[in-house]
Amino acid sequence: MDQREKRYVPVIVRFDAEGKLRPLEIEFDENHKYPVDKILDVRRAACQSVGGVGDRYTCLIQGKETYLWMEKGRWFVCAKR
Amino acid sequence: MGTRHILHCDMNCFYASVEMQRHPEPRDTPLAVCGSQEERHGIVLTANYIAKPYGVKTGMAIWQAKQRCPQLVTLSPDMDEYIRISRYAREIYEDYTDQVEPFGLDESWLDVTGSVGLYGSPVTIAREISNRIKFELGITASIGVADNKITAKLGSDYKKPDAITQISESSYKEIVYPLPVEALLYVGPATAKKLRAIGISTIGRLAECPEDVLQRRLGKMGLVLSTFARGLDISPVQRTDHIPNIKSVGNSATTPRDLENEEDVKLMLLLLAESVCSRMRDLASRCTVIEIYVRDTELRSMIRQRKLPAPSCSSQELAEVGMELFRRHYHWERPIRSIGLRGAGLVEDVGAVQMSLYAEDQRRDKWERIDRAVDHLRQRYGYMSVRRALLDTDPRLGHINVRDDHTVHPIGFFGG
Repeated sequence: MDQREKRYVPVIVRFDAEGKLRPLEIEFDENHKYPVDKILDVRRAACQSVGGVGDRYTCLIQGKETYLWMEKGRWFVCAKR
Repeated sequence: MGTRHILHCDMNCFYASVEMQRHPEPRDTPLAVCGSQEERHGIVLTANYIAKPYGVKTGMAIWQAKQRCPQLVTLSPDMDEYIRISRYAREIYEDYTDQVEPFGLDESWLDVTGSVGLYGSPVTIAREISNRIKFELGITASIGVADNKITAKLGSDYKKPDAITQISESSYKEIVYPLPVEALLYVGPATAKKLRAIGISTIGRLAECPEDVLQRRLGKMGLVLSTFARGLDISPVQRTDHIPNIKSVGNSATTPRDLENEEDVKLMLLLLAESVCSRMRDLASRCTVIEIYVRDTELRSMIRQRKLPAPSCSSQELAEVGMELFRRHYHWERPIRSIGLRGAGLVEDVGAVQMSLYAEDQRRDKWERIDRAVDHLRQRYGYMSVRRALLDTDPRLGHINVRDDHTVHPIGFFGG
């Protein structure tokens, strides 16, 4: 299994009038910004690989499914080392 | 009332499991969450399943634990995180019933009697909860399924970790009777000793012992334990919104250094009494019983109590009575590591108390008024604004803010 690390990332988020939030874009770094095409699922989940408990967003990004986690007000992804 | 369906959920090695979940690196190493060493609360709070076979146990001093398991990794507790995870667990439980009664952060009883129509059998619900705790929180739980709270708890203790044990009427004797009496809630070392002295070492023997024998030996508690042992506990699972009646207010502190003489103890009791009285005033109540708790450097503890002649919330009086109790019962075989004071038998502080001609009561009233004035000052200008000069004789002890830093969370099966 490849090594993974917990990477906190800046995320552009839209709040609608009801207060629901939807992540729009993940800014991995200056050269890697990924628009979120679709949110497929949101649920409370534990991240088994790098640790952490929070709301897990299943995001469709460039045709691929990726998990984005919101834990205690911060966003993180399991990034390849 | 028909048969109830009660679950008892116990999250295994809770603090250690939460730490292992969020720090994946030490997952395969022996791990213990310990009180902070600098302030000398250096005991093991929870050890994980890798450390337990080495003999690392809750309550052990860190150095003892390291002796048994040199490669033990110790972590300081992060209570905010444990409270967060505990709250998430409760959210899971509340999807199935509104009767959820927590017992500490890691245990809860659930009454799912009314939920079986919607969610399936109690065991099905237990399995679903167990899976969700694993998936959503990344830790495991043991769940007991029975028709009362006491038996459900025996069920969750029966097999760990990550297990579901159903104890039905037909399997009750087979599963419960061989268990040692200590497995029963409220059978501590002292009660167990008394029971063993009359040849009762298992729950089965306790269940079959005539009630009058138990009552003679253990008083009222004997009857309660007999009911527990026979699986006939009828206490309800409290509702989520239930606000318990507060019956006692206590504070305790593990001091930054050992207490070695009466002066030290006097200082600490005063400090604790101020906090206890101030909290009683917040609840508009006075206590009729005073209880002290002392734990020595070998972690042996004793509790002694005494009834007061009249209800009181005078810190001076509480400290004095506490000191009397202490002098009478503590013989200084070892220095003291932690100490506590509790006001019990609370009664409502109704308007004006009957004025008395006796000097003793006038003195109490005077001290209570002084205490109230101190409360007001502290509310406006902070805790350190006004203090007893005695507390400055040893700043290391005297500067602990017992009230705000060391609130004891009361948990008890009887809702005390």
